[in-house]
Amino acid sequence: MEFALASAIGLLTAAGVYLLLRARSFDLILGLTLLSYATNLLIFTSGGLTPGKPPVLRDDVPTTLAHYTDPLPQALVLTAIVIAFAMTAVSIVIAMRSRADNGSDHVDGDAGEQAFRRDEQRRHDDARARETRGGGE
Amino acid sequence: MDHLPLLPILIPLLAAAAMLFVEHGRLGMLPQRVIAWTSLAAVLAVSLLLLRNADQGDISVYLLGDWPARLGIVLVVDRLSALMVLLGQLLAIACLLHACGGRDRRATHFHAFFQFQLMGLNGAFLTGDLFNLFVFFEVLLIASYGLLLSGGGGARMRAGLHYVAFNIGASTLFLLALGLLYGLLGTLNMAEMAARVAEVPASDLALVEAAAGMLLVVFCAKAALLPMYLWLPQTYTLAPAAVAALFAIMTKVGLYAVLRVGTLSFGLAGPLAGFAWPALQVLGAVTLVLAALGVLSAQRLRLLAAYLVLGSAATLFVAFSLATPGTIAAGLYYLVHSTLAGAALFLLADLVRQRGRGGAGKDMATPRMGRMRSLLFLLVAVSLAGLPPLSGFIGKLLLLDAVPAGSIGWVWGCVLGSSFLMLVGVARTGVHVFWGSDSEPAHAQDEVDALNAAPAAANLTAPPLESAAVLLLVCYGIAMALAAAPVLAFTRATADQLLAPAEYVRQIDAALPARRAP
Repeated sequence: MEFALASAIGLLTAAGVYLLLRARSFDLILGLTLLSYATNLLIFTSGGLTPGKPPVLRDDVPTTLAHYTDPLPQALVLTAIVIAFAMTAVSIVIAMRSRADNGSDHVDGDAGEQAFRRDEQRRHDDARARETRGGGE
Repeated sequence: MDHLPLLPILIPLLAAAAMLFVEHGRLGMLPQRVIAWTSLAAVLAVSLLLLRNADQGDISVYLLGDWPARLGIVLVVDRLSALMVLLGQLLAIACLLHACGGRDRRATHFHAFFQFQLMGLNGAFLTGDLFNLFVFFEVLLIASYGLLLSGGGGARMRAGLHYVAFNIGASTLFLLALGLLYGLLGTLNMAEMAARVAEVPASDLALVEAAAGMLLVVFCAKAALLPMYLWLPQTYTLAPAAVAALFAIMTKVGLYAVLRVGTLSFGLAGPLAGFAWPALQVLGAVTLVLAALGVLSAQRLRLLAAYLVLGSAATLFVAFSLATPGTIAAGLYYLVHSTLAGAALFLLADLVRQRGRGGAGKDMATPRMGRMRSLLFLLVAVSLAGLPPLSGFIGKLLLLDAVPAGSIGWVWGCVLGSSFLMLVGVARTGVHVFWGSDSEPAHAQDEVDALNAAPAAANLTAPPLESAAVLLLVCYGIAMALAAAPVLAFTRATADQLLAPAEYVRQIDAALPARRAP
């Protein structure tokens, strides 16, 4: 279980960071969401993984920590989920407004979009040039 | 139990909630302004009381829900917290005064956001555990998104998206660090953490250091240290003036957190004592130099103000990371001064632009009407650049005086060199703005400026409330210079209290629930 959770957190973080670096507002929000999932899982595991034990007191179980799972990370993760939810909503609204105002979903607005296009075009031209050169030789 | 420490959080919360009921357009702005001022006055009174209690050297601990500190949520008021809360209120008075000049009409929910922002700031200064520090960071950040973006569009939205994304990223990192620290140490209470860090096994030390490092990265991102400051100038330049002035204290929240966690949680004679201070010294010095170059390159008054705020944060990093009682005391004095003076420059920039020639958003005052504003600018600039006789000079002089012998060379070089560059930059911009002639080419204007600029009003008299706000901030600075001795006595005592965290930990352990058995 530890391995599965640890690799899930790692994968989510890697995917989240990749999406953040795409500089598109939709990908950015998706990346932030994935990152917040990774964070929530990490907080959840920070109290230790103890399967099958309750986090709240029960009548028939002795009241020592050995018989329960740590309840605090669950309280923390609840707060973190709520805040991440609100933040995602806020960023979606801002991204939509920015898309409408600046005419592009690039995080730098239209100027960023133009730069991106130029970059793509140059890369395309380079590849074309290399291809024809390679074909010529 | 004494409920005083809770009030700076509770009053703005209730005021903001009440604000939503009187926001109807039919009622006009008056009820909102009345509530805002009532709340501010009440919190100011409370923070003065807190300061008086803290000045006697006692640390008051408030157990929320009556749980013992290591189980529940705890508010702590020591000298540093009380000072920061009071500073926040003093700044808020000037910002609210400026906003009541008419700017609050342009943004929906301005007053509610303003109160939430104050609640977040006060909570961040008062809380005694790291998770609630995170929660209050979020409260103040959400309010700041609202303040920044409400009533704006276009360029401000773009900057807002950057700002929001950057801060959500930093918050995520904050949570990751908290998760790691809780897993390793089993607590998030700062005082309890100090004790747990001291006895952490050697095998876990590297992990604790990694988590602590992540935490510091988050705080430095808020305080705009070198690799993470790029968001600041643009955001502060595009924010409405009253908001930008209030934001002057937001970088100080990050500095407060670094100072608190650095001296308390990691500073108590444990294996992490002095952790990351050397790195912060170097980064602070480099940021200071870059901020000075930014001041030199700034064409517009607001960008100049943004870089000056950045420079003051960097100076404070240098001061705090030297970690001697003298430098921390001087740093705290400089912190109060630079927050107020930076805010004054933001408000003044707005005042100049508003009345600028043609009203089209140029940073340009006409010769005829510039006398009052020129004088104010002179006072603010003198104070910010660190020339005698105002508070900036006292702060920097004390800092230079307190630098330990080993690091005199580079600290003096950085601080004096950057001060000189800033002086040149401020003087140049001042000449440009106040003596500039008609024929000068207009600066690049953003649509935001055009949006915010007042119509080309013929009245050349300064708007009374906005001028009063700047004047108030300048008066704070003059008062700080006149009353330097008592203020300094207070910051010295604060520094001593910070560097002896054992007493803080003891007080928190000694606070027992009134009714509940631990």
